[in-house]
Amino acid sequence: MTENIKVNVHHVTRVEGHGNIVVDVRGGTIEKCELQIVESPRFFEAMLRGRPYHQASHITSRICGICACGHATASLRATERALKVKLSEQTIRLRKLVFHGEMLDSHILHVYMLVAPDFLGVGSVIPLAKTHPEVVKRALRMKQFAGDLCATFAGRHTHPIAMTVGGFTQYPSMTRVEELRERAEAMIADVDATVELFGTLPWPNFERETEYVALVQPDEYGFIDGMIASSDGYTLPVEQYRSVTNERLVPHSTAKHTAFNRDSYMVGALARFNLKHEQLHPRAKAAAEHLGLRAPCYNPFLNSAAQVVEIVHCVDDTIRLLDETLTRGITWEAPAPVTLSPGARGVGACDVPRGTLFHEYQIGEDGLIEEANCIIPTGQNLGNIDRDMRALVPKILTEPEDQIRLKMEMLVRAYDPCISCSTHFLNVEFVGK
Amino acid sequence: MATKPKIAFFDFTSCEGCQLTVIDLLQTHLGLLDLVEIVQFREAMSEKDEDYQIAFVEGSCTRKGDEARLLQIREQASMVVALGACAHLGGINALKNRWAIENVQTYVYGKNGKDAYESYPARPISAVIKVDAVIPGCPIDRYEFLRVVQLILQGRKPRLPDYPLCVECKLKENACLNTLGKPCLGPITRAGCNAICPTYGDGCEGCRGWHPEANFTYMREILRGHGLSDAEIDARFTMFNHYQFQHMGDEAPITTPISPAKDEPLPTSTFAAPKEA
Repeated sequence: MTENIKVNVHHVTRVEGHGNIVVDVRGGTIEKCELQIVESPRFFEAMLRGRPYHQASHITSRICGICACGHATASLRATERALKVKLSEQTIRLRKLVFHGEMLDSHILHVYMLVAPDFLGVGSVIPLAKTHPEVVKRALRMKQFAGDLCATFAGRHTHPIAMTVGGFTQYPSMTRVEELRERAEAMIADVDATVELFGTLPWPNFERETEYVALVQPDEYGFIDGMIASSDGYTLPVEQYRSVTNERLVPHSTAKHTAFNRDSYMVGALARFNLKHEQLHPRAKAAAEHLGLRAPCYNPFLNSAAQVVEIVHCVDDTIRLLDETLTRGITWEAPAPVTLSPGARGVGACDVPRGTLFHEYQIGEDGLIEEANCIIPTGQNLGNIDRDMRALVPKILTEPEDQIRLKMEMLVRAYDPCISCSTHFLNVEFVGK
Repeated sequence: MATKPKIAFFDFTSCEGCQLTVIDLLQTHLGLLDLVEIVQFREAMSEKDEDYQIAFVEGSCTRKGDEARLLQIREQASMVVALGACAHLGGINALKNRWAIENVQTYVYGKNGKDAYESYPARPISAVIKVDAVIPGCPIDRYEFLRVVQLILQGRKPRLPDYPLCVECKLKENACLNTLGKPCLGPITRAGCNAICPTYGDGCEGCRGWHPEANFTYMREILRGHGLSDAEIDARFTMFNHYQFQHMGDEAPITTPISPAKDEPLPTSTFAAPKEA
C-alpha cells in the first residue's frame, strides 16, 4: 500500500473549461482530495442587470459554446414565464428539435472525442483518426447531423439565432425538413454502431450511491420544463429550485457548490436515466440493456453509457418530431406577445446535456432585467465529484501512479464537466510520490 | 514538402464556442489535419507541445494571471491570431465593465465573494499583446477561419472586409430588416459572416465590430424610428462592443452610463448570491 501520494493534474484536458485535480495522501490518510475550479469567473448574472429582456437569451447562450441552445432555451423559458407568454404547440415542438440537436452534438462530442480516447489508449481524437478512422468518421458524421438539426431551426448550434422570446424569427423550408428526415433515418445505422462500440468498453468498476436529481415530465423522457424530481422521493415545481440547489461558496472553486437532501447530489444523463428510464424510446431501452446499464445505477463512470442511451433516444424522438412536423406543415407564426408588469419574476428550467439548468429573472415594467440568477449543472455536480474522488482514491492507491492519475481524470471526465459554464471549474498533476 | 506548421489553440475567458466551431469545421474538412500539425488544443486533446508557430487565442483577458500567459504565447508564436469577439473586442465579457469589479463580485458571489474570485475589467487580447490577425464574430464563422488558415499557409496576410454587413445581406437577396421595422445593426457592422443573423430573421448585433466608416448618429436615427428608447439603442450598441465605447471616452455615441460611477453602492440583493455560511 502506498503511504504517500500527491496527485496534481493542472488543467485537466478534454473537458470544457479549466480545472485541477488535487489529491494528497499522507501515511495512507487522505489529506486533500478535490477538484479545483480555476476558470476565470465571468459574472453573467451581474451583466444581465439593466439589459432589455430580449437580449437575455443571446447574452446567456454565450455562457457555453457546447450548450448554447440549452442556455438560450432556459433563458427564454424564464423570460416567458415572467412575461406570461403562451407558446404555440409548434414553438414547443420546434424547440424540442433544436434541443435534441444539441443533446446529440454534446453527447457525441463527449463519448467519442473526450471519453473514448481513454479506453482506446490514445491522448486524443487526433491519433484516433489514424488508428480508428472509421470511428472518427462516424462520430463526425453524427455530429454534423446534430449541428445541422440545430442550424435548420435555429440558424446555428453555437450560438442559436432564430429562437426568440415567444417563438422563432425564421422557419425552414419543408424541403430542408424532408432532407433532415432522410438523414435521420441514415443515422440509425451509426447509432447502432455506437451502441455496439461502447458495449465493448471496460467501464471502471466503482459504485457510490448518491442522490440523483432531474426534471421529469408526465408524458415523455423530455428535457424542457417539468418538475424537479429527486431519487430520495421529492418532487418540486421549478419555482422552488433554490430549495434544491442551496448554493454555497467553497474555497477551492470559482464554481459554487450545491446540496439538496444530502451533502451533494448528481445531475446529468445518469440521473435522468435513474429517474425516468421507463419513458425511454424502446430502442434506447434495448441499448441500455446492451450496455449493462440497469436502474438504479450507482457507477458514475456509466454516466457516459447513459449518454449513449440518450443518443439513441434523441435520434428516435427526433424522427418522431420531424414526422409530426412533416404531417402538420410549418405555419409562419409571429412570436407570441409579452405582458410587462412591475417586478415580474420567472424561472426557466431545462435538462441540458450535463444536467438541470436553472435561469431566473426579474423584469421591470420597462422591459429591463432587474435581477438574474443562473444555476449550472456542473456547479451542481462538483460536490458529488469531490465525494466520488474521495471514495475512489483508497480503492486505487496500490495501482501505479499513471493509472491513479488516469482513473481520476476519467472520473472527472465521466461527469462531462462544463467548466466555463459553471464558473463559475478542472486540472491533475503528480507532485512526486 | 516543407514541414507542417505547428499550430496551437489557447483559451482565456470565453465560452470556448470558437474552438468548438473549429472542431465542427473538421466534420467536413478533416483534410486540414494533413496541412498543419495541431500541438495544443486543451479542450480536445491531452497531448501538449510548447513548440508552435501559429497561436489561435480565444477569450478575453480578465485577470492579472492571463497577462503572463499571453506574453508567453507572444514570445513563442511567430503569428498570433485573435479568435472570436472575446479576444478581438472584449465582447460579451466586457458587459461587466459597466460596474466596478467589487460590484459584480458581490452580486454573483455575495459579500465573501469579493476577495475569493479574482477578476478585473475584461479587455481584448490586443490590449496586452500585439495581434497579427483577427477572426471576428461570436462565434467565428467556420469558413472565414478556413480562409484565414489558407492565407496564412500561403504566406499571405489575412485582411478583414472594410464594408458594412448590408453588402453581404443584399447579395443574399434578404429583405432588409430595418425596412421591415426590425432593428438591425448591419449598416454599422463589419461584413464577413455572410449576414447569418439577418438571414435567420434576427437583426445584426454587431459581434464583428464596426466597419471603419460606421455612422452611429444615423444608425441611432433608424433605431429611434423603430420606436426604441435611447437606453435600448445603447444596449444594442454595447452588447459586443462595450469595451470599444468605453475607450472612446466622451466621444462615445452612447447616452446612458457604461462605466462605473463614483461611489456606486455595492448591491445588497441576494438574488444571485449563495447563502452565507
